[in-house]
Amino acid sequence: MTTTTSGTEIAQHLLDRVVIRFAGDSGDGMQLVGDRFTELSALFGNDLATLPDYPAEIRAPAGTVAGVSSFQVHISSSDVVTPGDAPNVLVAMNPAALRANLHDLTPGATVIVNVDGFDARDLTKAGYTTDPLEDGTLDAFTVYEVPVTSLTLQATEPLGVKRRDAERSKNFFALGLICWMYTRPTRPLVEWIEGRFASRPTVRDANLAALRAGRNFGETAELFDHPFRIEPASLPPGTYTNINGNTALAWGLIAAAELSGLPLVYASYPITPASDILHELSRRKRFGVRTIQAEDEIAAASIALGAAFSGALAVTGTSGPGLDLKAEMLGLAVSLELPMVVVDVQRAGPSTGMPTKTEQTDLLLALHGRHGEAPLPVVAARSPSHCIDTALEAARIAVRSRTPVILLTDGYLANGTEPWRLPDPSALTPIDVDLTTEENHTDPDGRRVYWPYLRDPATLARSWALPGVPGLQHRIGGIEKQDGTGNISYQPENHERMVRLRRAKIDALGTDPVVASGLELDLQDGADLLVVGWGSTWGAITGAVRRLRDDGHRVAQAHLTRLDPLPLQLVDLLVTHPKVVCAELNLGQLTGVLRDRSLRDVRGIHQVSGLPFTARELARRLAEELDQ
Amino acid sequence: MTDVRGVRGVTPVELTRKDFMSDQELRWCPGCGDYGILAALQLMLPELDIPPHEMVFVSGIGCAARLPYYMNTYGVHSIHGRAPAVATGVALTRPDLSVWVIGGDGDMLSIGGNHLLHALRRNVDLTILMLNNQIYGLTKGQYSPTSGVGKVTKSTPFGSVDHPFNPVSVALGAEATFVARTHDTDRNHMQEIFRRAHDHHGAAFVEVYQNCNVFNDGAFDDLLRRDARPDMLIPLRHGEPVRFGAEGQRGVALNEFAELVVGDVDDLGEDRLLIHDEHRPDATLAFALSRLAADPHTPTPIGVFRDVRRPVYEDEVSTQIEAEVERRGRGTLEELFRSGATWTVD
Ligand code: SF4
Repeated sequence: MTTTTSGTEIAQHLLDRVVIRFAGDSGDGMQLVGDRFTELSALFGNDLATLPDYPAEIRAPAGTVAGVSSFQVHISSSDVVTPGDAPNVLVAMNPAALRANLHDLTPGATVIVNVDGFDARDLTKAGYTTDPLEDGTLDAFTVYEVPVTSLTLQATEPLGVKRRDAERSKNFFALGLICWMYTRPTRPLVEWIEGRFASRPTVRDANLAALRAGRNFGETAELFDHPFRIEPASLPPGTYTNINGNTALAWGLIAAAELSGLPLVYASYPITPASDILHELSRRKRFGVRTIQAEDEIAAASIALGAAFSGALAVTGTSGPGLDLKAEMLGLAVSLELPMVVVDVQRAGPSTGMPTKTEQTDLLLALHGRHGEAPLPVVAARSPSHCIDTALEAARIAVRSRTPVILLTDGYLANGTEPWRLPDPSALTPIDVDLTTEENHTDPDGRRVYWPYLRDPATLARSWALPGVPGLQHRIGGIEKQDGTGNISYQPENHERMVRLRRAKIDALGTDPVVASGLELDLQDGADLLVVGWGSTWGAITGAVRRLRDDGHRVAQAHLTRLDPLPLQLVDLLVTHPKVVCAELNLGQLTGVLRDRSLRDVRGIHQVSGLPFTARELARRLAEELDQ
Repeated sequence: MTDVRGVRGVTPVELTRKDFMSDQELRWCPGCGDYGILAALQLMLPELDIPPHEMVFVSGIGCAARLPYYMNTYGVHSIHGRAPAVATGVALTRPDLSVWVIGGDGDMLSIGGNHLLHALRRNVDLTILMLNNQIYGLTKGQYSPTSGVGKVTKSTPFGSVDHPFNPVSVALGAEATFVARTHDTDRNHMQEIFRRAHDHHGAAFVEVYQNCNVFNDGAFDDLLRRDARPDMLIPLRHGEPVRFGAEGQRGVALNEFAELVVGDVDDLGEDRLLIHDEHRPDATLAFALSRLAADPHTPTPIGVFRDVRRPVYEDEVSTQIEAEVERRGRGTLEELFRSGATWTVD
């Protein structure tokens, strides 16, 4: 479709969606231009999703494949659920970036290369023995060779910028070019550059010049036939912001503190990819947030437990390796029955694994990774903005049942972004804390006393009294306690009772009207296949299911956002569908749980590459399952 | 700080020892030094004029760590080694409370060494009592990080080859602002030291020599036998020359290598005796005092080694929050959600 917009004679092709990947060396500023392009597109009104991908090393050897950093953004005029399968456009700033990303392209894709980065040395560093621009490697693609570096140098020369500094603006040249190609208004970008680099006028001017040069190059080079236009998406009315999972999680925790009236204490130890939650919360002092960077992961959990005992909304955040270390404190929190939220931003393991890559491999650790019978609720976010809802839900459950809760996100959610429609804060449901402020039991001799383990008959939650209240002094510890009094007890019957009570308390959440269902359903009458997933794979599975339906298949989708207790309806769904497939980024952790619960032959689709599923690949594998 | 308790505190008119005693039966071995330490603590606490409900006792695991159960205060019996970190969470959340940490030498210097160091470094307002009996009691008699080289225990049948920690040196090295040592055979001294440790605003570390009569009986006898005390305990008194002995005939002085030496006052010279100054900003002399005795078999200083002021962690956290609220107003969710770029869809 071709259209002309008023005020310009240039023809614009209308597209429904495009997936663009910016790729370069870690030092090339690809994350920055990706972020900026995303922000522009969000402001323009597109629906979108992003997928940053960068090496764990701060600066891997320049020019090598290991040092490639990329940022993929999917923008559309309709509903977006994933960052896109394969890029339609790859911007490659050097040969390594080309080499690292080429295999993700499908024939017909557009490749924009910075030819200035393709001399013999660059090619060798990237591991090319012949020049891919000449040896036919790129025959299947539409290739634009743009001298990005030299044009940037030219554009910045009149400013008298040093060559090395000028070269660093080349990412803005690339951004300017892409903005022209996809008709993005650049005014907000200019303002952003002016604000961000206000204190460094030379850098500011060089970036602005590079941006303009990139745009002008698109317009005048006659390399490109015409720019494309992607209309704003018809999102529900409201005010939106573009948000990533880590920020969303931090905001959710602040909201939970406001809604419960409990002060937020966040204790954490630096770890990729969870650290940004600590950074975000550390900035928010005006909300009364108390953050502490603990001496280690164990201390972070211990501090959170101490804070919980003292009446905070206590949270500790980490990533897989840190969750290993927090296990003992989680066990104590289960035994003390204190509210606490433990955030695990999952990453590829085992051990250090691949810190910046995503996986869903901590599910069984979250469910079972403690000695003794130590059950606790586990919830998982399904998209970046859903981290807000999940943080609220985790806090609500923790406070309601006086229990530690594990909240699972992952690297994909942490750094990926999507538009989020701002809720009306006054419409958010308050979190009822229900503190005990006076003696709650009468001794046989008529004395009023405080029993810390007196339970609410419906939720089975124990009473929670905070230090400072006269007459309610109590001592609690990790040694088994007598139900009711909370005194130390080694009695066999009491221990049996307490072990079962702690499990029953978690199970009671499954029927608790205050607690969310934990299940996103998209069912279809007469479906041949039920696809089950959990957490961050929601977008990819949703996309795959849409494709299968478009191809005429009858497919139902059930997505879990709570893994313990499992939503009640789930087992029914598992046994009533002819075929059940569980798709997850591990070797079958939920699949096993589902088989155990339903005694069905639940099939598994698994991927452990450190990358999220693509909807296309998932649809292909689901179609295979349907054919069997 | 918002009062989240829902209730205002009420201070009883006159506090007594009984106000701090819980109804739980004491479960230490008969003759254990812990009894005397608990008694000294419960006798001293009423003097502080802080009602029991405004106190929290936090412990880890070990014989000493049972102490919170016997206190009619709020208490957490947590995990081996973690008490200083758990207590940090309490203090950070509720600077209004009086927070105590009780543990043993294995608890605090072995498995929990790291947490102790960082609680001291941060200067969290905690009163930390480390009951040192140089042995693992609860697990029935293995050597601890304060046991001497050569110590024969169940896990070191040929004698320990581990070099021990000197707890006072460790605390001073960790930038502690209050460091003291006392022992379970002198109730008055314990009460005095506990009170001063509590009154110190910031992290206070007290090493208490404690006899484990079952697994390490008499570990401190060389110092604490009644007849040995005058010649073996070097009492530290602020502003006074450091001297000891029945007649004050022994003393401590600096030598030409900036080390402290013990000797007869007659030999050292009265005017060369070290004048103890708890408040010296530099911890070097306090550290030198802690090095006088490598083990409790030679003359050993007791009392307050160091008592200085430094900003307290949770106060600084509160100050930053208050300053931000003062400067830009209390944050609202409305404003938080709009803190990034936003756009509107009609
Ligand atoms: S084992 Fe030793 S320290 Fe523990 S209670 Fe018995 S005597 Fe006391």
